[in-house]
Amino acid sequence: MTDVILRTEGMSKSFGAVMASEDVSLDLRAGEIHAIIGPNGAGKSTLIGQICGAIEPDRGRVVLNGADVTELPVHARAQLGLARTFQISTLAMEDSVLEHVLLGVLSTDQPRLGLWRGAKSYRSAEDRARTVLERVGLSAVASRRVAKLSHAQRRQLDVAIALTLRPKALVMDEPMAGLGTDGSRMMTELLGRLRQEAPILLVEHDMDAVFALADRISVLVYGKIIASGSVDQIRSNADVREAYLGDLL
Amino acid sequence: MISEKLLNGALIAGLLLVVLHAHLTDAPFTITLATKVAILAVAGVGLNIALGLGGLVSLGHAAFFGIGGYAMGILASHAQSYVPLMQSPVLIEGTKSMPVIWLVALLASALAALLIGALSLRTSGVYFIMITLAFAQMFYYFAISWPAYGGEDGLSIYVRNGFPGLNTLDPIQYFLVCFGVLVLALLVSFRLRTSPFGLALNAARQSTARVQAIGQNPFRLRLTAFVISGAITGLAGALFADLNRFVSPTMFSWQTSGEIMVFVILGGVGRVMGPLAGAALFILLEHLLGGVSDYWHIYLGALLLGVVLFARGGLVGVLTEGRSGDD
Amino acid sequence: MTLLLFLEQVLNGLQSGVMLFLTAAGLTLVFGVMGLINLAHGSLYMIGAFAAAAIAAATGSFTLAIIAALTAAAAAGALVEMVVIRRLYTRDHLDQVLATFALILIFSEATRWVFGSFPLYLDIPDALSGSVRLPGGIEYPRYRLALIAVGLTLAAGLFFLISRTRLGIQIRAGESDREMIAALGVNISKLYTLVFALGAALAGFAGALVGAIQSVQVGMGEPVLILAFVVIVIGGIGSIKGALVGAVLVGLTDTLGGVLLPEALRLFMAPSDAAAVGSALASMLIYLLMAVVLIWRPHGLYGMRA
Repeated sequence: MTDVILRTEGMSKSFGAVMASEDVSLDLRAGEIHAIIGPNGAGKSTLIGQICGAIEPDRGRVVLNGADVTELPVHARAQLGLARTFQISTLAMEDSVLEHVLLGVLSTDQPRLGLWRGAKSYRSAEDRARTVLERVGLSAVASRRVAKLSHAQRRQLDVAIALTLRPKALVMDEPMAGLGTDGSRMMTELLGRLRQEAPILLVEHDMDAVFALADRISVLVYGKIIASGSVDQIRSNADVREAYLGDLL
Repeated sequence: MISEKLLNGALIAGLLLVVLHAHLTDAPFTITLATKVAILAVAGVGLNIALGLGGLVSLGHAAFFGIGGYAMGILASHAQSYVPLMQSPVLIEGTKSMPVIWLVALLASALAALLIGALSLRTSGVYFIMITLAFAQMFYYFAISWPAYGGEDGLSIYVRNGFPGLNTLDPIQYFLVCFGVLVLALLVSFRLRTSPFGLALNAARQSTARVQAIGQNPFRLRLTAFVISGAITGLAGALFADLNRFVSPTMFSWQTSGEIMVFVILGGVGRVMGPLAGAALFILLEHLLGGVSDYWHIYLGALLLGVVLFARGGLVGVLTEGRSGDD
Repeated sequence: MTLLLFLEQVLNGLQSGVMLFLTAAGLTLVFGVMGLINLAHGSLYMIGAFAAAAIAAATGSFTLAIIAALTAAAAAGALVEMVVIRRLYTRDHLDQVLATFALILIFSEATRWVFGSFPLYLDIPDALSGSVRLPGGIEYPRYRLALIAVGLTLAAGLFFLISRTRLGIQIRAGESDREMIAALGVNISKLYTLVFALGAALAGFAGALVGAIQSVQVGMGEPVLILAFVVIVIGGIGSIKGALVGAVLVGLTDTLGGVLLPEALRLFMAPSDAAAVGSALASMLIYLLMAVVLIWRPHGLYGMRA
């Protein structure tokens, strides 16, 4: 399969007696949204941590575009085009929207950042930053400080920063969390458009969004993938119903 | 309330005016005080890069200040005794040339900052504070117990080192040398702050995960900042030693680290001109209160306590009412 | 060097280690429970020593002097906690460093103002003067032996306090979860004052005990403070056990290094050079020890990942 962009092979991680990931193998193919769902405590955060490099797996590999990145730190994976968004905001409150995005662009264009020339004098970088803001719908608030953004706008900014990396793959940690109906609809539309640019591994609780967006769904329970398939297959899977979806459907 | 730009201009102009007045009225002691302000401000500018921009609370910058001082002391003492530092495999002689001394001070303190930073930055928070303090103390005890360069008594240099084309013995000319270095240091600090590197460092201070996610190594960013910071403080140490024509282990002491930090805080953390405002205030207080009471450190302590507890923007913050320079 | 001399140095290292532990214990406890870095801890050590020296000079009683040291340091600790320190718990480390640095300036200058710049001396009580003959024939000062005994007893007492008493349970709860102890109905602000005063009393006690073998002067606290920092960085911040292990390691390294290094260097150097280089290197040994521990375990021997 040449179109697999990101995959994990037999990834396992335990914290003491708790198996947070048990032999997790999954892949992400070009052009798709692959949703990971599961109850609280299923090990979704640990999974993302291992894929992005913040947590070291006990066993198994992470492969990005055919290259084994298991030993690489977070920033090195990001440089290879593995972009992520955060469930809990890591934005710098004092900085402006444009500064966040500009930094992402500058860092992607030239990982060894300049120490002398003013960041705002890099014209082409600023142009690209503004283009990215345009795409996520934040142009109007480019010069606003993050502290003054709404929750939905912060989520959009998080996506914008990920896009500055010219991502090969996007890992998104509950992008719908805390959004109202309008916010969710907007984010769903945005993600739908993005999938052609980079495939998305979408960890999400919001089932409406998952069923609307996902090409494939994998169900994670107690660190194990208990089922994987199309939206319809998952909806009709008896194990999944019992373990998780139950009365949601 | 005034804008920070105006205040910055006023600070520089004020320092120059004081010196001009002192020069015209033939008050060399005042010029020496102003020179001290400029030099201590350079040390503060150095620390502020780590502390204000990088969020690295180093309580060990005396190490770099002292290394700069001893770079001057060692090179100049060999020059005045005509005994080379080293004869084999290559002949290295002492020097009385400021530019050479500065270069050595910069390189030596940068190297020390690289080593101390590489170890200390493995940790964070309160560990980092304690470890940087401990490493500075290591240099302090080493300087005390190493007899070749004066040990506890330090080293005296008979004649101030020379700068091509200038008479550094003339107070006003040495002031201008130090003022020139201060302007350069401020320029470096300002460029660094607005550069892509500064943007990333500032982001790393607020959120490590954020800069990692865009492909930057926070350790590398912080280490780079720490090295630049240490080098500038080291240069200030060389200037300070030349002002006094004397170096001693005191330059390495924990009080020195604390005082450099006090300049930065009194002036306002993270503000380009904060260290100059803080150093000027410190010297002014030392001079005024020191004349009134032998125990003026009590008042300094009370003032510092007041600033920390009630006026977190420091002097620059109070005068500009918290407005940041970016606005 | 003879074996006897070596053993004597081991005892000296142990003695300075247990005294260091008394200072480090308060520091690590205060950080563990309140999350506070207190540079002024050395000032409390100094206050203990000065109180002891002043009372000993006035009354001639060593016992009263020790009581004075404990009382003065605990009172100063409680006072400073209520007036200044408690405003710092929610602040960042930078503010804590600066405010407690300001406290050092105030304490040191105030002490200089009251007692002057000349060192005071505190005499070893008659009952503990002279030396004892230990098994193996070592003549060892009785007072230093008493310090080791007192230090180890206090260490044991502290472990008992932390692991077996109600106060200890509250302290341990405070380390892991502030809200929980509030929910348990513990008066947090009282607990914090108590812990701070306890740490202060230990430091003041150590200051008085060590004051009798060194001189009592302004600025005596800060070298001890910095050594205590090295100790708790090695041991792991917040861990009493780490503080004990770290303190003994630092005490032994410092003492033995100062004696053994010049001896070792004399094997391939001129004696005067060996003495000079040896003492310079020995002064760096504990910091090298700290660096090695850090490379190996960035959070100290018994430290928990923050």
